[in-house]
This record gives sequence, structure tokens and C-alpha cells, in this order.
Amino acid sequence: MNLWRGIKGTILPFWVTLSNMLRKPVTVQYPEERRVLPERTRAQIVLTRSPDGEERCVACYLCSAACPVDCISMQAAEDQNGRRYAAWFRINFGRCIYCGLCAEACPTLAIQMTPHYEFCERQPLALVYEKEDLLIEDGGKDGDYNFYHHAGIGVVNPRGSNPDETAPEDVRSNLP
Amino acid sequence: MENYVAYLLILIKLVLILTMILTMAAYLVLAERKILGRMQLRHGPNRVGPFGVLQPLADLIKLICKEDFVPPHSNHLLFLLAPALSVITVLLIFAAIPFAPPLTVLGHEIPMVVCDLNVGVLFFIGLSSLSVYGVTFGGWASNSKYAMLGGIRATAQLISYELPMGLALVPLVLVSGSFSLTDIVNAQRVLPFAVTQPLAFGIFFICILAETKRTPFDLPEAENELVAGYHTEYSGLRFGMFFVGEYINMALLGSVTTVFFLGGWHGPFLPPIVWFLGKVLCLCFIFIWIRGTLPRFRYDQLMRFGWQVLIPLALLNLLITGGVLLWLRG
Ligand code: SF4
Ligand code: SF4
Repeated sequence: MNLWRGIKGTILPFWVTLSNMLRKPVTVQYPEERRVLPERTRAQIVLTRSPDGEERCVACYLCSAACPVDCISMQAAEDQNGRRYAAWFRINFGRCIYCGLCAEACPTLAIQMTPHYEFCERQPLALVYEKEDLLIEDGGKDGDYNFYHHAGIGVVNPRGSNPDETAPEDVRSNLP
Repeated sequence: MENYVAYLLILIKLVLILTMILTMAAYLVLAERKILGRMQLRHGPNRVGPFGVLQPLADLIKLICKEDFVPPHSNHLLFLLAPALSVITVLLIFAAIPFAPPLTVLGHEIPMVVCDLNVGVLFFIGLSSLSVYGVTFGGWASNSKYAMLGGIRATAQLISYELPMGLALVPLVLVSGSFSLTDIVNAQRVLPFAVTQPLAFGIFFICILAETKRTPFDLPEAENELVAGYHTEYSGLRFGMFFVGEYINMALLGSVTTVFFLGGWHGPFLPPIVWFLGKVLCLCFIFIWIRGTLPRFRYDQLMRFGWQVLIPLALLNLLITGGVLLWLRG
């Protein structure tokens, strides 16, 4: 019985390899054939804008803190009506591992991953993208989302005037 | 005058055979990569030239351009000698292999073999034993643990499998009554020895798989245990020599098997040289096929199989053949 199993286990694999040889290879021949990548593929990173055309990023540093390889850096600034923005924003794609943690950390949906992956360069410094290179004129995956209509203390709308917000409570009036 | 013509003929044959073998070895590498690729549902190399046919050339250029590194604590002389040894011993054996029956040109008979030794079998066994030195020196002189282990394994494996290989050839010598390879081929005009001596054929085939150090006997260079075994420390053309030597060895052992067991150039209809080449290429394909299929032996299995199965079987076969011959001729 054992001998039979041994013989079968030696002979059958030869048939498997031979029949595989006659099948069509499954390789995708990259430069000639390109796969259509799924929408949620994680590749080049962009900074998106809210529906009113403003930059979404509020320079909260969460993406920078979440990044496991520390390739995001920025400088926060504030305009006259208290809205925060990034004075400069830099991603070093030479270091980025496309893990997507930055996009997950972002509270404003500003930083997003796109499926575009063909942007290699010969000079490593050419892979350092500045804010101008990263900003796009679009809302990306959730185009209708506007952070300041849900949160953001009285910067765009007065406090409590957003549709899903209630007016601030007067703490002195609701004592028991 | 006669002398010069003879020398010239030998020279022409040498050059022809050498170019033929080196090209064949280079393309065996490509064929192996392609066939293994297809067996794993890949394409294999297909970028250099149409269908990748220029890949061997690209590999050669790459190997030439690599740094030729000699590890500082190695034994330099032996380190440099080892790759050459492993190629030369293999190439020399080709001198004794008859490719086709003698040609008659202008009343002269030209044998299609560089030198038809009357002890061709011994020459083959002797040189294939010598090729162990290339591997052993390579492993020892590199002064590295992986190379050392690979070298030890290779030495043990080659020596153990040489015995049954030699023993499997003795019945052929008994039957054909000669040590000359041409005579052995001529003794198979009716039936190849693979049919009349199936056991010897099986043993010999397994042994040459071990001699080529290919799966399932690739312990000396087991990548996942020993990096690359005895040639771990080699780079550039020296590595290339070991590498090409292995494929020349594959072509050689294919030819040797053809000569010993598959009836050499004998076959119906087609010209002899085509039969010979066809048989060799078929054997090479089988080698590659085996590599794509079987996993590696464990070291103790390898040793036990060689000493406790193959050698007794070979001896038994020898005994039976001798008895039958004695009975037939007595
Ligand atoms: S994808 Fe990952 S590595 Fe790249 S910037 Fe975002 S957090 Fe950093
Ligand atoms: S997490 Fe989003 S909002 Fe915060 S700094 Fe990064 S991109 Fe800007």
C-alpha cells in the first residue's frame, strides 16, 4: 500500500507538470498588457478639495504622525478667519510604502490614494512632491464631503448652524 | 602530408564540437528557463530578441561585466583552479563520444569522434571522477561555511553515485565485449541496451541525475539551505564557468546515456546524426522535466538510497548478466 502510494506520488506529478506546460501562462506582460486596477488601489497620493473649491487639508499633522516611514512633512498656518491650512506640504514618494495609513488617519478626507502608479524617476529628488504637485481640482472619492459643514468651530459657518449640528448648550442653563 | 591532413581533421572536429557544445549549453540554459517557466504557468525569458533567443548572449555580457571577486581568506590557487577543472573534465569526455558512424570522403574513412579510445568507458568513468575535484576544491578553497558544506555534500554524493554508475556499465561491457564506445554503439544495432538491460538503464539514469547535481539530487547547491553551495563565493565569469559546466555536463550525460543505452546514432529513416541529437535533446528535456517536478531528497535518504538500494541492485544485475552470458556462450 505504501509502495503504491510512493509510486503514484512519483509518477503523477510528472503528468501535472506536463499538462501545465501546455496551458496558457497567466503572466501579465506588463508594458504591453496593463491590468485595469481597482478604484481603491493604493498608489500615488493626492490632496483633494471640498465641493466649494477650498483646500480640504487643515494641517492637523495626523497623516504625518500616522505615516510609518515618516515621509510626510508640512507647516501649519492659519488665515484671517481662523481656517487652518498647510503653508507647505511635502510627500517624499521615494520613501512612501503606499500603506494608506495617512489616508485613513485624515479627518477631512483631504489626503487620498489613487490607482496611478507609473511615476518613477531616475533622480530620487524628483520624487519629492510639493503641495502644488499634490493638490488636485477635485473632491476625489467622496466628492460631496465638506469637513467644515460637519465640524470646524465657527470658521466657515457660525457655531451650531450646520444642518447636522445642534447649537452649543449653555452649561449654566442645564444644571439639574 | 598524410599527417597534416589527419591533424587538420582533428582540429576541425575539435572546433566544431566545442562550438556546438558551448552553444548547446547556452541554449540549454535558456530552454530550461523557458520550460520551467511554462511548467509554472509563466513565460520564462522573452525580452531579449524574439522569444528571448538572445538571452544567453545577454547573460554572457552580464557575467563578463561583473566584478571578479576572490575572497581574501580563500586559498587563491585552488579557488581559481576549481571552475576550470569542473569545465575541462566535462569537455574532455566529449572527445571520446562517437556522434555518428564513420564518414567516407574521397576513399578516406573519417571517424565521427575526436579520438576513438579503446578504453572509452574507463576514460568516461575516470574523468567524471576527476570532476569531483572541481567541486571539492571550489567548496573548500572559498573558506565559507556554505561553500564548505556544499562541497562536502557534493563530494559525498558524487563518490557514492559513481559506484553504481560504474557497476551499471559493466554489464554493457560484458555484452558488447569491448570498452570502446563505438563498439558499444554497434552492439546495439538491433536492440538498444535500454531494452535488454532495463535495470542497468534505470540505475545509470538515476546516477547521472546525481552526477549532474540536479533535482532531486541538488543537495550540493540547495538554494534554500546553502545559498548556492560550493559556488556561493564565485562571481563573474568564474561563476559562469561552474554554471555552464553544469549544463555542458547535462548535454554530456545525455550523450553518454544515448551512447550506452539508447543505441547511439542507430535508428530508422533519418540520418544518424539527427537520431543522435534527437535522443540527446529528448534526454535533456527529461532532465528539465524532472527538475520541474520532483522535490529534493534529504541527505540521509540520498545516502541510503545510493548505498543500500542502487549498489546492491547494480551488483545483482551484473551477476545475472554474467550468468546469462555464461549460459548462452557456454
Ligand atoms: S501611504 Fe503610508 S507611507 Fe505613504 S505617505 Fe501615506 S502613511 Fe506614509
Ligand atoms: S491628516 Fe488630512 S487634514 Fe490632517 S494634515 Fe494630513 S492631509 Fe491635512
